[in-house]
Parts: sequence; C-alpha cells; structure tokens
Amino acid sequence: MNKFWIILSHTYMTRVKTKSFLISTAVTLLLIVGLANFQSIIELFDDGKDEIAVIDESNELFDAYKESVENVNENIGIVAFDGTEEEGKEAVQEEEYNALIVLSTNENQLPEASYYANTISETSNQQVLVQQLQQLKVAIATQQAGVDEAALAEIYAPVTFDTIALDETAKSEEELSQARGIVYVMLFLLYMAVMMYGQMIATEVATEKSSRVMEILVSSASPVTHMFAKIIGIALLGLTQVGLFVGIGYYLITSKQDELTGGFFEIFGIQDTSLSIYIYAIVFFVLGYLLYATLAAMLGSLVSRVEDAQQMIMPMTFLILIAFFISMFGIGMPDSALVTVSSYIPFFSPMVMFLRVGMLDIPAWEIALSIGILVATIILLAVIGARVYKGGVLMYGRSSSFKDLKKAMALSKKDK
Amino acid sequence: MTLILKDVTKRFGQHTAVDHLSLEIPAKEMFGFLGGNGAGKTTTFRMILGLLDITEGEISWNGDTINYDKSHLIGYLPEERGLYPKLTVKDQIVYLGKLRGMQKQDVLTELDRWLERFKVPEYLNKKVEELSKGNQQKIQFISAVIHKPELLILDEPFSGLDPINVEMLKEAVVDLKEQGTSIVFSSHQMDHVEELCKHLCILHKGNPVVQGSLRDIKQSFGKKNLVIHAEFPLEFLRDYPGVIRYKKVMEGCELQIENEAASQDIFKALQGKGFVRKFDLEEPSLNDIFIEKVGASYE
Repeated sequence: MNKFWIILSHTYMTRVKTKSFLISTAVTLLLIVGLANFQSIIELFDDGKDEIAVIDESNELFDAYKESVENVNENIGIVAFDGTEEEGKEAVQEEEYNALIVLSTNENQLPEASYYANTISETSNQQVLVQQLQQLKVAIATQQAGVDEAALAEIYAPVTFDTIALDETAKSEEELSQARGIVYVMLFLLYMAVMMYGQMIATEVATEKSSRVMEILVSSASPVTHMFAKIIGIALLGLTQVGLFVGIGYYLITSKQDELTGGFFEIFGIQDTSLSIYIYAIVFFVLGYLLYATLAAMLGSLVSRVEDAQQMIMPMTFLILIAFFISMFGIGMPDSALVTVSSYIPFFSPMVMFLRVGMLDIPAWEIALSIGILVATIILLAVIGARVYKGGVLMYGRSSSFKDLKKAMALSKKDK
Repeated sequence: MTLILKDVTKRFGQHTAVDHLSLEIPAKEMFGFLGGNGAGKTTTFRMILGLLDITEGEISWNGDTINYDKSHLIGYLPEERGLYPKLTVKDQIVYLGKLRGMQKQDVLTELDRWLERFKVPEYLNKKVEELSKGNQQKIQFISAVIHKPELLILDEPFSGLDPINVEMLKEAVVDLKEQGTSIVFSSHQMDHVEELCKHLCILHKGNPVVQGSLRDIKQSFGKKNLVIHAEFPLEFLRDYPGVIRYKKVMEGCELQIENEAASQDIFKALQGKGFVRKFDLEEPSLNDIFIEKVGASYE
C-alpha cells in the first residue's frame, strides 16, 4: 500500500509540474473567464449604437417605427434623415450610418421599405427591423379592417398547450429539461476525461516502457500496484484540473448571477435539480473513467515506443465516440431499443445508462443491473489488464498489434 | 544466506529459454553468469526477481521465495538501461529509492556519497537526458545500490563503459562485496568474471554447461596451455601425441595439450634440438574453457 502512494504521488507531482499541464490548464481557465465575461467582451469591441437612417416618405410611420424598434433592441438607434435618398446612400457608404431605410406606403396604405447597407451579411439588425415593420403593418391592416385592439391581442396571445404525462412516475417537462442539462454536461465531461486522461495514462505507461525504466519499477513494486497507482494518480490530476475549472466557473457564475441567469444556464436547467441525479452522475462518471483508464493502461503497456501509443488506443477512442453518439441520439429518443440495449453494454453504459436515468423513470433493478455489469467488466478488465501489463512491460518489439496481447498474456501466465 | 535455484525451467511457448538450471549461489560472494546472447541470463535474473513466473522448479533466497515484500533487500541493474530522461538525477534516485523503502533524507545522503565517489557531484540537478551514456550508467548503478541491498543483481554492468569507468565501477562492486553484499552478475567478457568471481556458471542455450568454483573448473578442465619459445623449428609438435591445438607465434608456438603429463613428453622431445628460451605450462583461461564448452561458433 505504501508503494501505491509513492507511485501515485510521483505520477501526480511530475505531471502537475509539466509545462503542457500548466499551459493547458491556464488556457482553459482563460477561456472560462472569457466565456463568463462574454457580454462585456462583446460590448468592449462594439462601438456603441448602430445608427439607422430613415427617410419616411409616408410622413406618418416614423414615430411608431422608431419607438417599436428601439423598444426591442436598445442598440439600434433610428434617426430621421432629411436629405434625398441618394444623399442617404452616400452617407451610409461614408459610414455615417449603418444602414438606410426608405419607408413608404403602397396603394392600400400599408407600409413598405427598402433597406440599404454596405453589406447585408449582418442579419440580426435586419431581423429586428423587418419584424417591427411587420407588426406595424399588421396593426395598420387590422385597423383598416375594423378589428379592435382587444380582439387583436386575443388573436396574438400564445395558444395553451400543456404536456402532461399520464404515467404518474414519468418525468414532467421541467424535470426533463433539467435532466437534459445534467446529461449534456456529464456526457461532455466523461467524453473529455476519457479522451484526455485516457491518452495521458497510455502515453505515461508507454514512456516508462520506452525509456526502459519500467523494468526497475516492476522489480520494486508489483505491476498491478503500479498500474492502479498510475490510473488513480492521473484521476486525481484530472480531478485537480476539472475541480479548478468547475470551482472558478462556479465562482464566476455566482458573482455574475444577475447577468447570466435566464440565459444559457436556464436552458440547460442547472439551477435546481434533485440530488439523486448528481449522485448517479458521479457514480457513472467514476465507473466510466475506471473502465476506460484500465483499458488505456493495458493498451499502453503493449507498445514499445511512445509514438505507437496513439495508434494503440484508437479502439478505445472509437468506443467512447460510439457511446457519445448513441447518447446524443438518445437524448431525443430515450425510449428507443438501441438506447435500452446499449445501456447494458459496459463500454457504452456509463453514458447511455446515465442518460436513461436522467430522462426516463426506470426501475431500480435496471440501474443496478447495468452498474453490476459495469463493475464486473471493470474487475475483469483489471485482472486481464494486470496480466497483460505484467507481460507487456517486459515485452519489446517493433510491432504493436493485438497479437501482442496474446503474447503478453502468455508471458505472464503461471503454469504452461 | 544463499540463493538456491532448483531445477528451474522457463518455457515461452515452444521455446525453452532456461532448461533445468540448478544452482547454489553462496552468500556474500560474487557469482558470475557467463553466456552468449540468448543464453538465458536475463531470463534467469528476471525469474530470480519474480518478474517472470517459473515454468518448473523453484527459486529460494534464505529459504524464502522472493516477492515484493523483499524488494528493499534487492538491487537490480537491468541489461537494458533505463531512467526517466526528463527527470533530474536527484528526483529520479529519490523516487526509485523510496520505492525500495528508503526515506527521502537517507536517499539524498547516500546519493551525495555515491556521486562524490564517481566524481560527478555536479550531476545532482541535471536531467538524465543531458548526461553521456557512460554517466547515465553510473546513475543507473547508483539506483541499483542506493538502498544497500543484500542481494545485488547486475546484468552486464560493465558493457559500454570506457576502461577508466570500468575500473571505477569494478572497485565499487568489490567494495560492496567486502561489505557483505551477495552479488550475482552476468557478462560476456571473460576477464571480468575471471578477475572478480569465485564461483561461476556458464550458460549455453538455457543449459548450464559448466558450474562451480573457478579453481575447480580450471582444474577439472584438465587441458593445459603450453607456451614454447625456441630457436629451432617447432613444426614437428603439430602432430605430436597429446597436442590438441597448435598455434604458431613469432618466437615459437602456443599449444593446448591434453594434460600435464603430455608436457613432460614434449619437454623430453625438445632435448638436444637447440636453445629453448621459454617453456611455460599455464592454467587454461576462462576464455579457452568457454570456447571449448560453448563451441567456437560464439563470436
């Protein structure tokens, strides 16, 4: 046990001190801070209001239009332009204004407009301008038709459409959108963790093998101890990194609550959810990490050169990719047979079963079964992995194929 | 305090790497393993260390099997040298020393002493990849002995070193033996084994061809070397009874003869032929024994 800690802390400390770790952590933190201040950064580069010049040929639309547009988007300023249309266009070209709108009415007294800008690629302002003119047109048209304001409001009020699940245990719409948020976050985190830290483990093992320091290591501590100390060491490293991200992210969110609530986070429903889903998230995350990390350590022990490690963990990358895609697909249709079946297949279950737990209300035994299969697979893989690791670390060759897997197993076999 | 190998066999599939090897390696002595490439030396060491499982037979040290609980008593210098290239000498040895059950402070004291002894104290905070190969090997050697092991296994300790460093390392090995360390080492350089070891074993394709104490091996070999320098032609000795090998040299010839008695016949045969400058009966060298037993096919 003592050696376990020595290897673990060595793995952790040497990794934490590497330049690549420090840089990648710093860059990600910068990104998080940047995201949290997205609004301010955008405003920093924005040169204030977009001024839109308006020539009102009808002489009656301007005030109503100005009011409705500026109400909707305070970054747009509507300014009356006194000159001719040609002068207006010139002013736009000289960038005195962002755009020019010529308002007029047609034969039915309904509003029409032409929009002139240097480029028409920026559509967000255009959308606002079109919508508001549309409303103006509807208002005038209904007035002409003799419909009163109250009736109009009635027409435009959104229709009532309640979704109610008849099955009492099924999740309500609110619960679902909350769960969806957590599922998304967990899927991305697990995917990133496996891709980043799985690879780190495989390279770490391959480095020790290629520098041949492995033989001294396994003569002082058993390969099994070594393998698991490595896996847990890297896991702690990951925890440090993710913890730092989440911690700082959380701090930024709470300190900017006013700006941010109602935006991104409400869509993902991370505001208040039941505790059990967090517990499931942690359980499936830890199990998923252990499964893939064991696989990565095993595969890493089979190659002799660091360059080959990348190629060797390809199958692992495919597995996590497939799991990821099944879950992304499953968020929309958590009931489908594909999702149900793959929620019991070990390499997919950490993601897919968690998705089902979050999105559906499934009996406890199904969750237990899936976790049971997962744990059994991890143990099985650990046993095989330890065997392969023991043989693999002493095996040097140019090839790096799965034939080596058999060879490594044979090398460490007890009686044969 | 002995290392005993009893009928040890290791097979990799169809291939037999070590075939029924039985050895008794006395404590506090130096034991030499000789053998060409692929003779099974490294495989034997790995089995002693428990890195490889034994197919048949058993290995015991002081009556116990060697496992990871004893790793603080054992030092190992692998044939394939390996250290972390990116770590400093200090970090490296501290880590490896801790894995062998040492405290950090003790490692540092010992490390200073060893670096001083090898005349490279300035390497303490250098990265291993910045050192020359010979100096890396010194560091590797330190990593094997830093924890004062009782049993030290050195796989080809002197290969790839210049003569000055070989001497330096040899002295260190001899000192360790004097201090009571049991040392097993392998080499394919006969002179090192001849110089250092009291007991030895020659392996060939996994089989122990010769084993025992150096003196017994030489005596029981029987054949002797005879060097004759004379001022008359010695060609007639080529087919003389008792002569196995005839080799002409500048001032006469070197013979390998069947036994001591043959030398007396030859001595008589030389009488009255002329002036004999040198007549020298020598013990066979380990090299002769090795070539004889393992076969001249060896490089």
